[in-house]
Amino acid sequence: MLSRYIAGRLLQMVPVLFLISLIVFSIMHVIPGDPVQLMLAGAESGSVTPERQQELRVAMGLDDPLYIQYLRFIRGAVIGDLGTSVRLRTPVLELILDRFSSTLVLSLGGIFFAITIGMTTGILAAIKRGSLLDTISMALAYIGVSLPIFWLGLLLILVFSFWLDWFPPAGQEGIQSLVLPSVTLGLVSAGVISRLTRSSLVEVLSEDYIRTARSKGLPERLIYIRHALRNALLPVITILGLQFGAMLSGAVVTETVFSRPGLGRLVVSAILWKDYPLAQGIILFMATSYVIVNLLVDICYTLIDPRIDYS
Amino acid sequence: MNSWRNSLIDVSPSFTIGLTVLVSWTLLAIFAGQVTPYDPFETVSSARQPPSLEFWFGTDRLGRDVFTRVIFGARVSLMLGLISVLIGSVFGSALGIVSGYYRGIVDTIIMRFVDSLLAFPGIMLALVVIAALGPSIKNVMLAVGISTVPLYARLLRSTVLSIREQTYISAARVLGVRNIKIMLRHVLPNTVAPLLVLSTLQIGNAISIGAGLSFLGMGAQPPIAEWGLMTAVGRTVLGKAWWISTFPGLAILMVVMACNLLGDSLRTTLDPKLRSQ
Repeated sequence: MLSRYIAGRLLQMVPVLFLISLIVFSIMHVIPGDPVQLMLAGAESGSVTPERQQELRVAMGLDDPLYIQYLRFIRGAVIGDLGTSVRLRTPVLELILDRFSSTLVLSLGGIFFAITIGMTTGILAAIKRGSLLDTISMALAYIGVSLPIFWLGLLLILVFSFWLDWFPPAGQEGIQSLVLPSVTLGLVSAGVISRLTRSSLVEVLSEDYIRTARSKGLPERLIYIRHALRNALLPVITILGLQFGAMLSGAVVTETVFSRPGLGRLVVSAILWKDYPLAQGIILFMATSYVIVNLLVDICYTLIDPRIDYS
Repeated sequence: MNSWRNSLIDVSPSFTIGLTVLVSWTLLAIFAGQVTPYDPFETVSSARQPPSLEFWFGTDRLGRDVFTRVIFGARVSLMLGLISVLIGSVFGSALGIVSGYYRGIVDTIIMRFVDSLLAFPGIMLALVVIAALGPSIKNVMLAVGISTVPLYARLLRSTVLSIREQTYISAARVLGVRNIKIMLRHVLPNTVAPLLVLSTLQIGNAISIGAGLSFLGMGAQPPIAEWGLMTAVGRTVLGKAWWISTFPGLAILMVVMACNLLGDSLRTTLDPKLRSQ
């Protein structure tokens, strides 16, 4: 049964991935004007000779019919050939793999911060419902979800790097340099997780089985750990996949703020340089990994919660 | 009717705060020229003056008054929020209503398309549009608008799925009213409440994403007074002149929070299911 469910979910991914590839492919073909001229003007300022234009046009196969170009794009994506960066003149996949580890470390740092802070404040708020602690943590969570993260990053740099001199403002040497970017990236998600944990736990605490556990004299601590939390944290798991997406897109801004060389910063420069193959490659890579992570989270969720009927 | 009146009188503090902040910023944006004596593009003092009685938010690298630029920046940001939400809601609602009303193959095709748009996390879909069209504030409005289309389509579809089962829709069909007329006259008006809630929340979101794109250099270009761009410009002198980046960011936070407060309280008021909680 479970294998059929997983196979079904994998099949559902196919049309989504197909449409993603179509959207990403169309980036270069909906622009007004000649992409080759734009690319060369953006990426290699000053050297737009007709020879170089023709060279690039042939190298990228831009003279072929659109569907041929698309099929080549798909075939390349499947076998790991995403073309060559116009500006850096390096294979796109090589650039992606080179920067990916940095973005992954940052995302994991962000997720770690979001989960620890989000769940802790959410649980405390639910247990002490109506208290000052509850009010304060929910107000903070509210501010957290409204914060523009590029600004939060700058504020953290200002206070903790320039004023207090606790953490470096940029770079990626050592665990110290990971603290501020992780907080920046994770705070919005921490707000989301905190609010969800609180509401989910409050709901579970009013269930009959909690009353039963109380009436049989179970200590409060055990009621929370054994009965309440296990059920309350299930919905939180479902949004972890979404939060991974928030990490990927948040990395675009966070890496720029903290000058970290990752995928997010690379896609920004690729777009500003009009380096279409590079921009397409990174966006395709990020969207695909987001789809895959969401699928994994969904599967984990069905495995954890026995009540879900996956037929 | 009675419950409507009750909920209108019994306004929550978050509704009042959210609405007051938004109305204030709108008025500031409209009357920007009267509120501040300076011009947003004019050098009025030496560069990087800290906040003082004369220059409340200090001056920037070119000696322009930061307060004036924040006030004028509200015009760009509020306009960005409104226009992108308009783009997203019009196209998204159309897709959602058609999808939910016709069901079947139309529904499947539209929803698969919407699902694949949703597969781009966060600002990635907006980045796709900017990548294709190039950086500018107009393209940011379009990009943010397009990136909210799937949200509207999903919401409207699920709303319409329940509306189309109502007796008055069957009655209209039996009377031979054309589908397009049923959708516009009978379905659309009944989707106003969820549409209003999502749009209020999305205005804040759009302003935040738009400012983020400008911060990255993909939106407003100098010398436009735009909050995200101002924050980015101040970044290079953050240690020496904290005020240049701090105040525009504070403005974004205020407006986004106001939209969230207003949107959340509208949702509690308009959705009877949530009201009991």
